[in-house]
Amino acid sequence: MNEWLAWLSEPFTFPFMVRGLAAALIVGVVCPVLGAYVVLRGMAFFGDALAHIILPGVVAAFLLGWPLVSGALIVGVAAALVIGAIGRRSAIKEDAAIGVVFAGCLALGIALLSARRGYAVDLTHILFGNLLGVSSADLALIAVLSTLALLAVFALYKEFLVLSFDPLLAATLRLPADRLQNLMLILMAVVIVVSIQAVGVALVLAMLVTPAAAASLLTRRLPVMMGVGAAIGAASAIVGLYLSYYTNLPSGPAIVLTATAMFFVALAVSRRGLLRRV
Amino acid sequence: MPQSSVRPPDHDPHAPSLLVDQLSVSYNGTAALRDVSFRLPAGQRLAVVGPNGAGKTTLFNVIAGTKRPNAGTVRIFGHGPGGDTCIAYVPQRSLIDWGFPVTAAEVVMMGRVREIGLMRWPRRHDWEIVRGALDQVGLADLAGRSIGELSGGQQQRVLLAQALAQEAELILLDEPFTGLDFPSLEALFSILDELRAGGVTELIATHDLNLAAERFDAVMLVNRRLIAYGPPASVLTRANLVQAYGGHVHILPEGDGVLVLTDTCCEGDEAGV
Repeated sequence: MNEWLAWLSEPFTFPFMVRGLAAALIVGVVCPVLGAYVVLRGMAFFGDALAHIILPGVVAAFLLGWPLVSGALIVGVAAALVIGAIGRRSAIKEDAAIGVVFAGCLALGIALLSARRGYAVDLTHILFGNLLGVSSADLALIAVLSTLALLAVFALYKEFLVLSFDPLLAATLRLPADRLQNLMLILMAVVIVVSIQAVGVALVLAMLVTPAAAASLLTRRLPVMMGVGAAIGAASAIVGLYLSYYTNLPSGPAIVLTATAMFFVALAVSRRGLLRRV
Repeated sequence: MPQSSVRPPDHDPHAPSLLVDQLSVSYNGTAALRDVSFRLPAGQRLAVVGPNGAGKTTLFNVIAGTKRPNAGTVRIFGHGPGGDTCIAYVPQRSLIDWGFPVTAAEVVMMGRVREIGLMRWPRRHDWEIVRGALDQVGLADLAGRSIGELSGGQQQRVLLAQALAQEAELILLDEPFTGLDFPSLEALFSILDELRAGGVTELIATHDLNLAAERFDAVMLVNRRLIAYGPPASVLTRANLVQAYGGHVHILPEGDGVLVLTDTCCEGDEAGV
């Protein structure tokens, strides 16, 4: 019994592990709440693109010694608005617009970073996360931004619901559909930015999509889906951190692998998963 | 975001529920509707009939204010579309994601989102209206059911209940009869009869010429332009139908009426939304 307690508590005798756990838990809870809309609206590609698009912002902030979040947020919001505008106003289809901005920003980010000596280590942190390097200031910012994102999703619940379920209804009800859509894109950018230190640019999509997708297999109610998704996300954060500590796996991939495993369990047990009778 | 601008001054009581004047719409330079004009008094049921791609969905989008016309005007109770939420647009059932994780009652409540107002939650009054609307369409027992578990006819009635919860006075229904069996069809018509008796104006796009002939006050025959408009018997004539459908119509004499068969079918291939 005591050995178990010791096993469980040992990682958290280190302050950086406690901060890492706090950051991972916040990310694990917030991502699936917004991720529910990403899954239901088929915006996974957009989410992945947005995560890579913010790379130049992260790098610029890193080089200037700013909080990483600040640069990422500026670029992320700007890109979300640019993609939305291209999709709505030009003859280019939205996925092509996303692809162009996605690849261009990724290249720009890597080019910026390559100006530094020893950039490979920095790039690894940005691409795959550096949970154990989360400072107290980072953690405070993550907490504030996450709270704001959750409040927005809560306050505009029924508007986002209508927009996601039936955009035509949103239009005939004279809801400010474009502004709501832009706000949702901005919230995605915020949540992605918040997640980058935990799991990195390359794996953010997993936090946004995987727990929410698993939850969608287990319930037919949106609020429950958000709650179950958050629980899966939080559990992935905790289990993933232990996995990382005791097996020396990098923390980001460890968390994502845990979430992925939970997704496949959901897929296996759900009546709407692999067991479904056609 | 101002709320007060949503409801315009009271409806002009002398204006027809719907007045369309010289309406033209095109997509990327291709004309979808040309020079369409008609007026519809309140409390009437109008069938909008025409082949696929005739512009029926386009017409509905313009009336609902979700698509701007290139020329012409639309007046709803004397006001332009876009200023009012008294119009409900029930899209083709196939355009809705029925796997979305919401209940029947939640879908109906969506009709009240604008009335409730931004950043607010439904009050007891709103839930009472939702319950009343579900009751009116005979689905009170299924209020808490996921929409994916409902039959096609029940889904159509949920969408109609949503329009009721919106307290719409002009309801646009796009192909609501497609894929319904006879009992579902009758259930839908008895609700539509009740609404019409309450003064609601109904515009219904349909491919079913028999229903158009028997169950509607007026019929509009359209194929990119208005071919005929008026009482069913005067619109659904051999000459008009051949003009609208071209070679896709077969007319067989049958007693004192005509039996009309058309090759057009099905949903989902109208000109864009």
